[in-house]
Order: sequence, then structure tokens, then C-alpha cells
Amino acid sequence: MKHKLLNLARQIGLMILVIWTVVSLVTLLIELVPGSPASTILGETATAEQIANFNQKHGLDRPAFFFSYDEAEGFAWNGTNNRYFEYWSGLIRGDLGTSFRTDRPVLDMILERYPATIKLALAAMLVAVGIAIPLGVLAGTNKNGLIDNAASFIALLGISLPTFVIGPFLVYVFAVNLGWFSPTGSLYPEDIILPAVTLGAALSAILTRLVRSSVIEELGEDYVRTARAKGLNERRVVYKHVLKNGLIPVVTVLGLQLGVLLAGAIITEKIFSWQGLGLLLLDDGIAKRDYRLVQGCVLVISVTYIFANTLTDLVYRWLDPRIRLS
Amino acid sequence: MNRLTYIGLAIAGLVIFVAIFAPFLATHDVNSQNLALRFDLPSRAHWFGTDGLGRDIFSRVLYGARISLQVGISVVAISGLIGIIIGAIAGFYGGWVDRFLSGYLFNVFLAFPGLLLAIALVAFLGAGLGKLILALCIIGWVGYARVMRGQVLKVREYDFVMAARALGAGNMRILFSHIMPNAIQPLIVQASLGMAGAVLSEASLSFLGLGIPPPAPSWGTMIEEARQYFSITPHVLAFPGMAIALTVLAFNFIGDGLRAYLDPKQRTR
Repeated sequence: MKHKLLNLARQIGLMILVIWTVVSLVTLLIELVPGSPASTILGETATAEQIANFNQKHGLDRPAFFFSYDEAEGFAWNGTNNRYFEYWSGLIRGDLGTSFRTDRPVLDMILERYPATIKLALAAMLVAVGIAIPLGVLAGTNKNGLIDNAASFIALLGISLPTFVIGPFLVYVFAVNLGWFSPTGSLYPEDIILPAVTLGAALSAILTRLVRSSVIEELGEDYVRTARAKGLNERRVVYKHVLKNGLIPVVTVLGLQLGVLLAGAIITEKIFSWQGLGLLLLDDGIAKRDYRLVQGCVLVISVTYIFANTLTDLVYRWLDPRIRLS
Repeated sequence: MNRLTYIGLAIAGLVIFVAIFAPFLATHDVNSQNLALRFDLPSRAHWFGTDGLGRDIFSRVLYGARISLQVGISVVAISGLIGIIIGAIAGFYGGWVDRFLSGYLFNVFLAFPGLLLAIALVAFLGAGLGKLILALCIIGWVGYARVMRGQVLKVREYDFVMAARALGAGNMRILFSHIMPNAIQPLIVQASLGMAGAVLSEASLSFLGLGIPPPAPSWGTMIEEARQYFSITPHVLAFPGMAIALTVLAFNFIGDGLRAYLDPKQRTR
């Protein structure tokens, strides 16, 4: 018990350390911007006064970090009057700063768009699981057979075909030619299907391979022989016993992939003009050089990713008694 | 090795050939525009047709292979080298060095979704070939480092390492001439899969407008340009799309095949 708690504490400690580093990196990334954010946003015609006002409004007139180095003055200690400290103290209050462009709180802009991305990611996951489990089981129970080879080939294709090739192709067939869905946007509930399939394709390929190898491995276990000896039919053996044990690694990968989906949604959202966080990052953040918004989006996606991964790890340890009890 | 590995090797060989000899194989100038020839279907004059500016798609796809491979090879070489050195140090020295590197640093880099980190870096640094390669190296090295660390941990326990130590070899000599040559094998698999990943990431970033700026014929940029007209002229998107898919598929085939070949457990099955 003590060991378990210690392990949990270590895991959470590492997560906090990683989040601290990620936030620090994102905070300091803004220093890499060539030129100053003020001149890129206000344009070349901006007066010195306008630039000074902008810098003051967004706290850019203060030093970047606790200490700074100047060739003329050498090292200087800036105390807590710096942007890094300010960003952190804002974060702790749940404030991600104000957009450089719209003057709206970045957090509000993100919260407006995040639900659409989460919905898309979950739908993609559903699509992936729906394809992977039956296909993986079929492939695993027919090892090296025709179905297995075909499934393996489809899976590799799914991994290799980029989202931005699959997406337009699906639009061409199902929206333009067959007219079943809208090519972009999310006017009707069924409009989520094409983006979800596009985003879930790679994951379904990864999962199919995983389910396949998991099924093959479990089929060789003793309990399968016992189940067969009891007289259970093969269907019951596979779906009731093998799949139940074989799904443990699948659950892990699914958890780890939730973050990948949230990040990968950026491309899918662009293809389908899906009004999620990715499109906010691309169109309102990067394209308009609203660096504060970019910081906020990157931060929110990364932190979700880290949380999802840590949670998956904990659930995995709890699910698998071999790890739980070791 | 299985059949798919050979198919992968053949396609990869073709892509490399095309990239090297693009100037001789191209039928047209990649950037010469002719608006009278917009969206021409594939024909004898333009094998893959023309794009929205009347440029020859065949020639652009050939030159696109150059960009893809240039990015892929640079990223694999640089991130591989950095990852191998850091991974070897972590595995060989162990102790607090390993705790810092594999316990903290690796986790930080694995904590970012790769593509997002690349997008963030390019967003702040600005677009361009060099910056793109830098961003992909920053997200790529940790994969090699993890594999190398695991390998070194295994190999350093072998008898020949002890023998070398008994003969008076120093740490650096043991690490570089005894452990590393014996630990490198799985890195070849990682490099092949890394190549597929880098080609895909370059195309993805270029598709998002964050990679190599137009008019350079990057496959990702070509797809982004073709996307808006895709419903009327699918061929403009289909050819660069196929080029990316085939290249990525080829390196994945090679990586998968090599993994199976190098893993004795899988080979005997």
C-alpha cells in the first residue's frame, strides 16, 4: 500500500514537473519571435507611441525573465517584475492573458472552441474502435490467412495515408459525388461523420494491429485451452475470454492517443472548417500573429495531453493486476 | 525479409532516384505558369496534368521528392545523432545522469504532442526550410534516445564489456567502440520509421502553411493549393497525395520488415 502511494505521488510529481517545463517553454517561446510582436501586429506604419501603448497594455515593456543580460550592462536582476512571473501568476488565477488582436480574454476564446474539438476527438475514437475491434479480431483469428493479410495491408495504408489526403478524398466521394454530407462545417449532426473518419483513420489502423497481435498472443494462453475444453464455442472463447484480456493494451493506447487526436485535430479541422481549437490556433492565432492566443492554445492542448497520458498510465496500472501487484 | 520490405525498398529506391535526377526527368520548368493551361487533365504534354496556375504537376511532384528527402534525411541524421549520443550517455552512466535524462528530459519532450510542438516552434520562429528541419529535430531526437538508452542498458552487461574494462579500456572507448556498435541495430528500424514520420510531418506543416513557403513544390503545399479546387479537378490533389502516401508507406514497410527481421522471436514464427 505504502509502495503504491509512493508510486502515485512520484507519478503526480513528475506530471507537475513536466507541466511546469511545458508552460515555461511556451511562455518563453514568444521571445523567439523575430522583431517585436507590436511591430508585426500594428504594422510598419505604427508610430512609436502606438507601439509603446501596445507594449504597455500587454506587459511587453517589461523584461522577459527574472534576470537579463545586456552587453553594455552585463547581468541584471529584474525581480518579480517580469513577463514570465506575470504569465505564471495569471495562470494560477485561471487567466491566460488578453488576445493581442481582439482584446478578449484568451481563456474565453479557447473555452468557446474546445468543446467542438473534444467532440470531434471522441467521435474519431469511436470510429477507430468500431473499425479496429472487429477487423483486428478477424485478422488475429485467421493468422496469416487472406483476411489477416488484407487487414494488415489496410492498417498500414491507414497509417501511411496522411489526414489531408484522406479528408479531401472522402469529401469528394461522399459529399460532392454522393451528396450524403456537407463538404465542410457542422450544420447538421451527421456532418461530424466525415471529419471523425478522417481523424480516426490512423488510430483505427494502429488499433487494428494491436488487437490482432493481442488476440494472437492471448489465443496461445492456457485459459483459452481450458475454455475450449469446457466445450465453449469459438465465438464465445474469442469474444468473452480472449478479447477481454486482449483489450488491456488497447485501452492504454486509446488513452495515450486521445492527446494525439486532440493535437492531430488541427489538420482535420482545417480540411473541414471545423470550428474547434485547432482552427482557432491556425486562423486566429498563427495567421494573425496573435502570439498570446497561440500560447494559450498550445498550452491547453499540451496540458490536456499530459493529463490524459498520466491518467491512462494510472488506469493501466490499476487494470493489469500483474503491474498492480508487483 | 518479407515481400513488403522489398516492395518498400523498391519504392524508396525509386523516390531517391527521382529526387537525384529530377532536373533530367522533369518535362517542364517547375515554376513556369501558363494560365491558359489551368487544370489541364493528364495528357501526353502534361503527364499528370496541370495545376491552378497551369504548372506541370509531374515535374512538380518530381521536385517535391527532393524537398521531402532533403527534410527526411536531414532530420533523421541530426535527430538520430543527438538522440544516440544522449541515449547512450543516459544508459551508460546511469545514476543521476540517467534519472535526469530519461526520467525528466525524455518525459518533457514526450509530453508534447509532436506535431503541436513543431507547429508552435514554426509559428514563433517563422516558416522556412532550416527552421522546419530544426523544429522536426527538436521533436524527433527523443525517440532515438529512448531506444539507444534501452539498448545500452542491455549491452553494457555483456561479458565483452567487462573484458574490455579488465583490459583497461576507458569509459569513452568502451562506450563508443564496444557498446555502441553492438547497440545500434534497432536504431536502423527507428531511422526508417523516423524517415516516414519526417516526410509526413514536413508535408503536414507545409499543408498548414507552416512549412516550406510557395512556390517551392513541396507535396504538402501542392495539396493545400489543390484542396480548394478538389471537387472539380481531383487529379491536382491525387498525384502529390499518392507521392506522399507511397513514400511514407515505403519507409514504414522497410521499418516494419527490418523490425521483424532483427527480432529473432518474430523471425522464427
